Amino acid sequence: MNDVIIYAVVSLSLIGAAAAIVLYFVAQKFKVIEDPKIDEVEEALPAANCGGCGFPGCRGFAEALVKSANEKQSIEGFNCPVGGNDTMAVSAAILGLVAEEKEPQIAVIRCSGSRENAPVKINYDGPATCAFAHNLSSGESGCPYGCLGCGDCVTACDFDAIYMDEITGLPVVKDNCVACGACVTACPRDIIELRNKGKKDRRIFVSCINEEKGGPAKKNCKVACIGCSKCFKICPFDAITMNNNLAYIDYEKCKLCRKCVVECPTSAIHELNFPPRKEKKEKPSSTKATDGKPAAKEVPKKEVKVTEGAKPAVEKPSSAKASEDKEESKETKKE
Amino acid sequence: MKTFKIGGVHPAENKFSADQAIEVLELPKQVAIPIAQSLGAPSKAVVKKGDEVKVGQVIAKGEAFISSNIHSSVSGKVLKVDEIMDQSGYRRPAVIITVNGDEWDESIDRSEELKTDINLSKEDIIKRIHEMGIVGLGGATFPSHVKLMIPDGKKAEILIINGVECEPYLTADHRLMLEKADEMMIGIQILMKGLEVDKAIIGVENNKPDAIAHLKNLCAKYSGISIEALKVQYPQGGEKQLIDACLGRQVPSGKLPIEVGAVVNNVGTAFAVYEAVQKNKPLIERVVTITGKSLKQPGNYMVRIGTSVNELIEKAGGLPEDTAKVVSGGPMMGKALNAVDVPVVKGTSGILLFKEEEARRVEPTNCIRCAKCITVCPMGLEPILIAQYAENEMFENVENERAMDCIECGSCQYTCPAARPLLDYIRLGKFKVGQIIRNRSKK
Repeated sequence: MNDVIIYAVVSLSLIGAAAAIVLYFVAQKFKVIEDPKIDEVEEALPAANCGGCGFPGCRGFAEALVKSANEKQSIEGFNCPVGGNDTMAVSAAILGLVAEEKEPQIAVIRCSGSRENAPVKINYDGPATCAFAHNLSSGESGCPYGCLGCGDCVTACDFDAIYMDEITGLPVVKDNCVACGACVTACPRDIIELRNKGKKDRRIFVSCINEEKGGPAKKNCKVACIGCSKCFKICPFDAITMNNNLAYIDYEKCKLCRKCVVECPTSAIHELNFPPRKEKKEKPSSTKATDGKPAAKEVPKKEVKVTEGAKPAVEKPSSAKASEDKEESKETKKE
Repeated sequence: MKTFKIGGVHPAENKFSADQAIEVLELPKQVAIPIAQSLGAPSKAVVKKGDEVKVGQVIAKGEAFISSNIHSSVSGKVLKVDEIMDQSGYRRPAVIITVNGDEWDESIDRSEELKTDINLSKEDIIKRIHEMGIVGLGGATFPSHVKLMIPDGKKAEILIINGVECEPYLTADHRLMLEKADEMMIGIQILMKGLEVDKAIIGVENNKPDAIAHLKNLCAKYSGISIEALKVQYPQGGEKQLIDACLGRQVPSGKLPIEVGAVVNNVGTAFAVYEAVQKNKPLIERVVTITGKSLKQPGNYMVRIGTSVNELIEKAGGLPEDTAKVVSGGPMMGKALNAVDVPVVKGTSGILLFKEEEARRVEPTNCIRCAKCITVCPMGLEPILIAQYAENEMFENVENERAMDCIECGSCQYTCPAARPLLDYIRLGKFKVGQIIRNRSKK
C-alpha cells in the first residue's frame, strides 16, 4: 500500500521537475522584455483612455512616451491633456527627464448663433446628427458655418463636460473640460477649437467662423463676424489676424486687454470669466483717483463692520475720516 | 412585361401634370446662373461685371475632361459674378445677368424646321456636345461627351434611351416624348453615330401608353430604334436597373454600363443633343415640371437656366398657403430646398410643393426585422445592416457591405414600416467611406 503512494509521489515529482526545467528554458527563450517603466508611467496617467493625446489609450501613450525617452532622451511633443502639467511632471520624473510646462487648454465653441441671434428659417426633420445635417443643407438658420445644434459634440464627450443649452440651442463647455479634442473631431463644421485656458480662466475669442462677406453673414445671424477689421486695427498686440472676412485671435499673443470686445460692432468677440464690466466705473477710477464713487463703495463695508461690533451712531456723514474715527472707537471699546 | 429583376417599389404615381403641354415660361428680369452645374471639375467664369452677353454666349468654361461649359441663357448685362445661394443651400459662385431684350447669338439656328441629315463626323459630334455644355438631364448632370468617349478595349453595342421617368409626380420627360419626338429621334441617331452603334432601345414605362404609341409610330421612319414598354416599377430609371430591364444584363459592382456594352442617356439629353448638333444651340433651357396637390395650375414649362424657382411657382398659381416643403427633383430622390429664390439649373427636373401631412416625417420606431428593405433594394444590398453600421460608426463594415453600390433610390426608407431613416444613415456611411477611400488612395 505504502509503495503505491511512494511511487505516485516520486513519479509525479519527477514529471513535475522535468516539466519545470523545460518550461524554464522555454520561458528564457521566448521572454518578452518590457520596460518596467511603462507600467510605472501608466500608473501615473489618469486612466481615462480618451485618446486625447493621440495614442490608443493610456497604455499606448505610456509605451510611446517610454520609447521616445529611451531613443531620443526627450519627451517633447507629448502631452496628456487630461492630467495636465502635474501628470506630465510625474511621468517625466519616472523617466528621469523634465517635462515642459504647457498651458492648460479648454474647448471653445466659436458660434453664437442661438435661436435668438440666428432665427430658424427652415425645419430640419432628419436624423438628429450634425454629421448628416451638415451633408444635407446649410442648417436651420441658413448660416453654412454655424452650429447645427444636433449635439454630436455632446455624444463624443467622455467626460460629461459639454451639454446643449435648451434655450439657445448651442453647446456649452463646462469647466471640467480636459481638452481631449473628441468634440473638435466630432464637429463636422470645425466650430470647436482648443484654446489656452488663460489666466484665471479668462479668455477672449471670436465666436464666429463665418467666412462670408458682411451682408450675407449678417442676414442669417445677428452676431456674425462681418470682417470689418475694426478689432484688427485696434489690437495693440497684433494678436488678431483677418482671413476670408473673418477675424481670428491668436491666444498666444492676446494679452486680454478687451479692447476688441468693445470695438466689435456685432458683438462677435466674446470674453469669458472676466469680472462684470464696469466701463464707466473703471475708467474714471484709473484716470481720476479721487472720484466720489470708489470712496462711497468702501465706506458702507466698514459701516457694517462697525454696526456688528458696537452699534455706534451712524449719523456721521460717510467719509474716510469718519470711518477712521469709528475704527478707533471700536479698538478702544475692545480694550 | 419586362422590368428589372431584384427589388423595386411602386409608389403612388400622382402625375397631375401629364396632360399639360409644355409652355414656354416668359423671360425673367434677372437670372443667376451657377458656374458649377455638372459633375466633375468646376468651370471657370469668363465674363466680368458690366459685360454685355447674348443668348448662347459662353460665360464659364470647363477645361478639365469631366466638366462642361456654361452658356448665358438670356441677353443683357452681367450685374456681378458673386456667390449666391444655390439649391444645395450653400453659397456657390454664379453669374448674375440683368435681362435686356432677347438677342440670340447669330450662330444659333432658331427656325422650327426639322433638320434630319446628320452631317457631322463622330469626332465633331462629341466636340460639339462638349462645347454646347450638354449634360445628362436625368438629374445626375454627368457631362454627355464623356459618355460618348468609349475607353480603350471596350466596345459599345447598344444605346439605351431612358424615357422611364419612374419618379412619381414628374412628367417633363413624358411631355417631351409626346411633343418633341421627331427631334428626340434625330438626337438619338446622332448619339448612335457618336457611339458607332446601330441599335437603340427607348425604355418607357407602360403608364405612358400615349408616348409609347406615338414613338412606335415614328420608329418606322428612324432605323435601328425600337421601343420597349416596361412594367411600372421604381427605380427603373436607374442606369443599372434600366439595362437589366431592357437587356437582361447585370452591370458588375463598381463598374460602368459600358462593361456590358451599353450606354444610357435620358430622353431630355437626346433632345438637347439634337438642338446642339443640328441647330447649334447650347443647353440654355430645359423642361421643368411644377406640381403639387394644392397647386392651382400644375404644368410643364420650358425654363431658361438660371430662372428663379420662385418665378416658376408664381406662374403656376403662386405658393399655396399650406405648403410645408418645396422639393427640387422627384419625391423619392429629390432634395428639399432651403429657399425658393434659388435658380433652376441643368439638373432640375421638377419642383414639387408638399403639404404638411405629406412632408412630415414619421417618428422612427425600432426595427422589427421584417426585411422589407432587403426585399425592395434594387442593388441587392442589406439596407438595415449598412444603416446600423453607419449609425455605430463602423465604417469599414459599411464598405464591406458594398454601400458604395447604393444608388440612393430611397426604396428602403419608403417601404420601412418602422420609418427608420435608413437612407439617411447609408448616405452618411457612403460619405465617410468615400473619405476613407480617398485617404487610402492618397497614401
